[in-house]
Amino acid sequence: MLTIKDLAVSFRTRRGEVNAVRGVSFEVAEGETLGIVGESGSGKSVTSYALMRILDAGGRIKAGEAVYSGVDLKRASEREMQGLRGREISMIFQNPRAALNPIRKVGHQIEDVLRRHARADAQNARAKAIEAMEAVKIRDAEARYDAYPFELSGGMCQRIVCAIALACDPKLLIMDEPTTGLDITTQKAVMELVTELIRERSMSSILITHDLGLAAQYCDRIVVMKDGAIVEAGDPVRLFARPGHPYTRKLVDATPREGASIRELLPAEVRTPEPPRRISDEALLSVRDLVKTYAGKSGPVHAVKGVSFDVKAGQSVGLVGESGCGKSTTSSMVVRLLDPTSGQILFAGEDLAKRPSAGFARDPMRAKIQMVFQDATDSLNPRHTSRQTIAEPLRAMAGLRGRARAERIEELADLVGLPRPLLDRFPHQLSGGQKARVGIARAIAVNPDFLVLDEPTAALDVSIQAIVLNLLVDLRARLGMSYLFVSHDLHVVRLLCDHVVVMKGGEIVEQGPTEQVMTAPADPYTAELLEAAPKPPARDAA
Amino acid sequence: MNTMTEIPTVAEPQAPPAKSKGALDHVIYVLKDNPVTLLAFAMFAVLMAAAVLGPALVPYDPLATNASEALQPPSAAHWFGTDNLGRDVFSRAIVATRLDLLISVAAVALSFVIGSVLGAAAGYWGGWLDVALSRVLDTIMAFPLFVLAMGIVAAMGNTIENIVYATAIINVPFYARLVRAEVNIRREAGFALAAKLAGNTDVRVLAMHIFPNALPPMMVQVSLNLGWAILNAAGLSFIGLGVRPPTAEWGIMVAEGANFIVSGEWWLAIFPGLCLMFAVFTFNLLGDGLRDMVDPRRRT
Repeated sequence: MLTIKDLAVSFRTRRGEVNAVRGVSFEVAEGETLGIVGESGSGKSVTSYALMRILDAGGRIKAGEAVYSGVDLKRASEREMQGLRGREISMIFQNPRAALNPIRKVGHQIEDVLRRHARADAQNARAKAIEAMEAVKIRDAEARYDAYPFELSGGMCQRIVCAIALACDPKLLIMDEPTTGLDITTQKAVMELVTELIRERSMSSILITHDLGLAAQYCDRIVVMKDGAIVEAGDPVRLFARPGHPYTRKLVDATPREGASIRELLPAEVRTPEPPRRISDEALLSVRDLVKTYAGKSGPVHAVKGVSFDVKAGQSVGLVGESGCGKSTTSSMVVRLLDPTSGQILFAGEDLAKRPSAGFARDPMRAKIQMVFQDATDSLNPRHTSRQTIAEPLRAMAGLRGRARAERIEELADLVGLPRPLLDRFPHQLSGGQKARVGIARAIAVNPDFLVLDEPTAALDVSIQAIVLNLLVDLRARLGMSYLFVSHDLHVVRLLCDHVVVMKGGEIVEQGPTEQVMTAPADPYTAELLEAAPKPPARDAA
Repeated sequence: MNTMTEIPTVAEPQAPPAKSKGALDHVIYVLKDNPVTLLAFAMFAVLMAAAVLGPALVPYDPLATNASEALQPPSAAHWFGTDNLGRDVFSRAIVATRLDLLISVAAVALSFVIGSVLGAAAGYWGGWLDVALSRVLDTIMAFPLFVLAMGIVAAMGNTIENIVYATAIINVPFYARLVRAEVNIRREAGFALAAKLAGNTDVRVLAMHIFPNALPPMMVQVSLNLGWAILNAAGLSFIGLGVRPPTAEWGIMVAEGANFIVSGEWWLAIFPGLCLMFAVFTFNLLGDGLRDMVDPRRRT
């Protein structure tokens, strides 16, 4: 149905021509789901953009051919392409909120595509749009028709995007990281909905993702891309059991899965034994009945309703839950960026909740509690080089100047594995993994006792995630820090944490030692979270 | 005991080490990349040269009258002709550059500073401060700005300083609004929170981390504003406020020359008018280049 042969795409940039895709060939048969797996920069998204002919300015298809049901996508006129897009081939984008027009009602956005392809007219557009919304299992579609994207949750927005993509019964659906940024339970719901619809309508589809586990679960065939070329293709079970290419093996290794320890995520050649560490019996941090209530338009909003937990010195505690469960609010209060409504935050015996967050920057305790942020890009000042970023806490809290500071910065760079020449680069000149390292170096610069990690690997590729998680394990042992690891993914939490706290709707539904919570969850919600994670096929022990 | 030894970690694939580029290299790159920017900076250099060296270079004393040479059309001796008192229009137009640039740069600098402080405070702390400041600025903007400037100069007295103050006041709201918006969207940004965690006080987070990120759009505003400020100063002089004759100033020269256009002596008003146009055009072109220079993301 879709045949791509030796496709090459290049971009004109300031530093000359960049070949993003070099000689990619694959086919998609009718009714087949093909997975394209690769890390950022592998050219997987560019390949799909080239098929839709929506490449950025400066990009062009340099060579090769792409034929869809007899139509040459490379030579088709813009007019022909407009007829194809949406009606024959449609696409689901990565960030559903960005893919929807923020100032147009979602119902109207569905109508737009229906009317563009003459599937509806002014009289029946509304009815057909609601029909399309019901097809993607949006409850109460009639009422949601008039909603704006910001009024809907991320998962609901992605359903609307699906409804738009599927409204005109396309034959081929391209999904570009459809679930990145969604909660793990929402991811499962969206993926299952889409696969069901694809099967019902016997469509073909291409699933582009960096998550090998996700691809393995939902695709009939997988191609693995690296640096613009396909390194391996095959069916998912075989790829997992006997990865042929070293890169595939690395990806398979790095995918968190049941039974694998944190060191097993790394390639076998570089594994070192996990360093020993000491967990004290005394609590370093005790959170008691912490409450945060916001004044909302329609009455108070209870973001956190009285949570209590302990973190012992040297211990790592995972704080798990979906977005909106209050885990980020809790961590913001613990790290003293936000004042709680009531409750205690006992740190080394002192109640920090009594000290207002506004003046906490000058508090001697400031250096003891630090944080690594979720989005490494957002958390680095775009105008500061890595060196300036790491220097900030050293200047403000340790009072280091000149030579001593420069030495400490280089020491920290070595500690987090950031090559020294990169210290003089700006954030936009660094890769995701390098930015994460800068963020970690900044957080540990003043030797904190307690580190809050807010999904530090959520935006990273799996192989980089594996490296960063292992770095955190090494640092914990070396510097004797305690972690509060905030995440929505229990399988990542399991790798790093001794104790898990599961939150839902502002309350703790379950807490206990990691192994116990993972193997015998007491609360149905914990079981649901565990169930939702993609299950990659087993791999050979060898 | 040295606890800070290197942990062997797995090396990520690394980009080839880039040459670290200094600010000067970046400026040169921006100039090379965009011929319009290069042109704008060349024009700016001409203006600066005229402002700094002008009085030393011009062939005639801009204030010296010569009744026998009055109202001469442009010639080899008097490139732009002479005015009704026999003063050389070319010399006067060149000498006027310094005064006009001084007024506009001073006014823009003043409104940049005041607007930045007010806007940054309103955007960062919000609440009643934001509401109060925003309404005051809205009130200023509700007046016809040129009329407001006229009123200020008329009330405070007819001096060059007062032209600067009046021009600054009418421009403050534009800066304040721009900075307020830019600061507001970055108030909760990760890097601002991280700066607080690094032990910075709110004022420092605002001044050292958030505000500099608002500079690129500010530069566009500054350059457009310089053009406006020149027009504004010339406009005030044109209607007889501010700079007084016989001082050489483009606005006055146009005002005085306008009376002679009907009788065919067009050169009195046209040439200073063209100078004014040249200056405004230069500043308008300058904006994009300035923005690219202060934006580190443009560096590779």
